[in-house]
Amino acid sequence: MTKVSMTVNGKAVSGEVEGRTLLSAFLRDDLHLTGTHIGCDTSQCGACVVHVDGKAVKSCTMFAAEADGAEVATIEGQANKDGSLNVIQAAFKEHHGLQCGFCTPGMVMSAAALLKENPKPTEAEVRDYLEGNICRCTGYHNIVKAILAASGQDVPAVAAE
Amino acid sequence: MYNFEINRPSTIADAVKALASDEAQALGGGQTLIPTLKQRLASPETLVSLTGIDEMKGICVDDDGRLCVGGATIHADVAADGRYPALSAMASHIGDPAVRNRGTIGGSIANNDPAACYPAAVLASNATVVTNTREIDADDYFQGMFTTALEEGEIVTEVKFPVPEVANYQKFVQPASRFALVGVFVAKFSDGVRVAVTGASEDGVFRWTDAEAALSDNFSADALEGLSVSADGMMSDLHGSAAYRAHLVKVMTGRAVTPAA
Repeated sequence: MTKVSMTVNGKAVSGEVEGRTLLSAFLRDDLHLTGTHIGCDTSQCGACVVHVDGKAVKSCTMFAAEADGAEVATIEGQANKDGSLNVIQAAFKEHHGLQCGFCTPGMVMSAAALLKENPKPTEAEVRDYLEGNICRCTGYHNIVKAILAASGQDVPAVAAE
Repeated sequence: MYNFEINRPSTIADAVKALASDEAQALGGGQTLIPTLKQRLASPETLVSLTGIDEMKGICVDDDGRLCVGGATIHADVAADGRYPALSAMASHIGDPAVRNRGTIGGSIANNDPAACYPAAVLASNATVVTNTREIDADDYFQGMFTTALEEGEIVTEVKFPVPEVANYQKFVQPASRFALVGVFVAKFSDGVRVAVTGASEDGVFRWTDAEAALSDNFSADALEGLSVSADGMMSDLHGSAAYRAHLVKVMTGRAVTPAA
């Protein structure tokens, strides 16, 4: 077992992990932050996306030991300080950017990473950025609308081409 | 996954020491190795993570004008660099954004997946692979599917890319995995053209020398007209037959020449 220490959503945390413990498992099983979802566990679906030192990564494809000393952000830290939804979360609600909601934590974390990199993305750039986030309910249109709305841009009536 | 110890050295020297054991394996960004470990296709006793080694990260230009990319540099950083535009464009289409924030150039070429993008860029650019012990020419480095000139415990610390006059990479994406079904990197230097093909051959990345000769004489897609690629030795699976892949090599080479010319 190895001791790891990191900051998660601004709070210092530490724990004992095996070499094989994935970051997703550490967040969920040790810290009980179960908002980070495990969909496929094969690096494809993106439900487990979190930010490590400001970059979006798939937490099922990184070992907890590799996050030692890092700043990690998860969906639990995304709301505003008063507990209200942040601008991306509110836009997902407003534009119905979810149905079952399983992919939503990863979608919101990817959207946050995109808007930090590219504050006014085009529709095509939003779709391109979501390549590693799979949603099996919505067909993506309302997710794309929500992210465009969160960026402060006009939302096309029909997002589909 | 079978369990293992993780070692996170902060210098190349410490990483080399940790890799001296037979049962130790290097871990780059893990975007291929971690899924492989989950399938129990590898069972190292110790993983030596290379992501904490600052001297292996970053991009610079050396005195010969070569773009020098540290072995632990992530795809996203190469994508954002822009000093070798075709290389940055290629890196910006590997996997997806989250994968590009972890996957590294050293990990990609040490693994030498027959459908990976980086081997085509390294071979077409006539790059030099730098390890902890030596420098290896791209032509000597790639030795077949998942096989390279690397010795046990040897680490890719840097890759030095001569920057071509013009270059372009065209990838025909396998729609499920997003790996290259066929990818072609064309690089035109003052002394000739190099064409490297990934995704197609059972021997991994290779140079299409007939096209190189034709394009060195006349750098346009028309120069490829009389050429054909043999289906012998091409990969064949449910995504595409050997003949289909052979055909795509020519099509993708033409598509790479047109925007580059």
